[in-house]
Amino acid sequence: MADPLVSQPVQAEEVPSMWSGMLAVMKRDLLIAFRQRSDMVNPLFFFIMVIALFPLGIGPEPSTLQKIGPGVIWIAALLSTLLSVDSLFRQDFDDGSLELALLSPQPLFVLAFGKVIAHWLVTAIPLILVAPILSIMLFMDGDTVKVTLYSLLLGTPVLSMISAIGAALTVGLRKGGVLVAVIALPLYIPVLIFGTSAVEAASMTLPYAGQLAYLAAFLIMALTFAPFAIGAALRISVTSQ
Amino acid sequence: MTTALLQTVKLFCERDDRVLIRDLDFTLHPGEVMQIEGPNGSGKTTLLRILCGLSDDYEGDIRWQGEARHQVDSRFRSDTLYFGHLTGVKFSLSPRENLRWILQLKGVSPKLAGLDERIDQALKSVGLHSYEDVPVYSLSAGQKRRVALARLFVEPARLWVLDEPFTAIDRKGVEQLEGLIQSHAEMGGSVLITTHHALELSAIRKLQLGLGKGTWRIH
Repeated sequence: MADPLVSQPVQAEEVPSMWSGMLAVMKRDLLIAFRQRSDMVNPLFFFIMVIALFPLGIGPEPSTLQKIGPGVIWIAALLSTLLSVDSLFRQDFDDGSLELALLSPQPLFVLAFGKVIAHWLVTAIPLILVAPILSIMLFMDGDTVKVTLYSLLLGTPVLSMISAIGAALTVGLRKGGVLVAVIALPLYIPVLIFGTSAVEAASMTLPYAGQLAYLAAFLIMALTFAPFAIGAALRISVTSQ
Repeated sequence: MTTALLQTVKLFCERDDRVLIRDLDFTLHPGEVMQIEGPNGSGKTTLLRILCGLSDDYEGDIRWQGEARHQVDSRFRSDTLYFGHLTGVKFSLSPRENLRWILQLKGVSPKLAGLDERIDQALKSVGLHSYEDVPVYSLSAGQKRRVALARLFVEPARLWVLDEPFTAIDRKGVEQLEGLIQSHAEMGGSVLITTHHALELSAIRKLQLGLGKGTWRIH
């Protein structure tokens, strides 16, 4: 090798912008997700299967399905979020890139936030896109389908944020799978209550704006506080192993 | 006398009721290379993790350029390069994408002029020329380590913390790395390194750990 072997470091920015770190993490995670498509398809397939099993188990009467529809869709969305979230930080923890993120001059909560957004984009967006079709399958009418879509759009990011806190706390444990559910499920309950009641209200042609406003409030609260909790939990998980 | 880059004061660490390090005081000045020696399980990796901030399981003080490390955390982090057993290389990405991401984490702007050329140059220096765009999982074990080692050529840092950097690297690669460490020290950088390999460097200090009950010796 004829090259002079000296290190010629590139120049880092004096004050790197927070967004650049977040965007870098988001871009990397989206790229990885598109290369490993099965990780994306699994939660979606789970969501579709759970909902498709209900008419088979309960019977195809429109009135029954209409009644349980909102709850079925919401519970399926909740479980599929839970299913996918365990892998959120696991890979980064196992290959050491979480250590690099921890040692980066960028604040950890910003990087963690980028990861959660990327995760939501690849797992929840496909689910929200197929939800209208599944709602029609459960005999919901036009307006109800619309509200289902709104409630999922507002509610699933909250679910992702909450479960990311659980995943961050348990990533250092060898068998943390059930623990994430134990930590996250109780915190899912308010989202589930307001999500299903918005859809139910719409199916009875009652006003549903209040429930959606509550979901939006949850979302804002989660976006404001969850990244800090996730960052702190990740730091604890890495530094105390 | 220049100010010490890194300094520890009465560092104490125990793990599972076993004292690994007791009252460790050492200073690392710019341009110094310190090799940490000791048998398996003597706490070499633990010490490095403590020094670069990956472990809080210690007592005592760590100072960076004369100030307490936790007060100058972001300055400390942008000046430190940690290379551990886990390299942080993503197997489904290409070497180029991996390096690009690691540099961005360090605060290098993705729009920096000539960044791609510099990354390619670094990959060429570690012998990964023409492997820039293949996914890392298709590379051999040594080549995977080399992807991470390419960081040494481009990442801006004054202190290198290298934990067994020679694992899975062939003899010629080891020689190259030694030269790289030497040149980094000559340019005023410092290196903390653990290895079982006898380093052939002109100026090197050795910190010997694991002489029993947390004792140590610098020579």
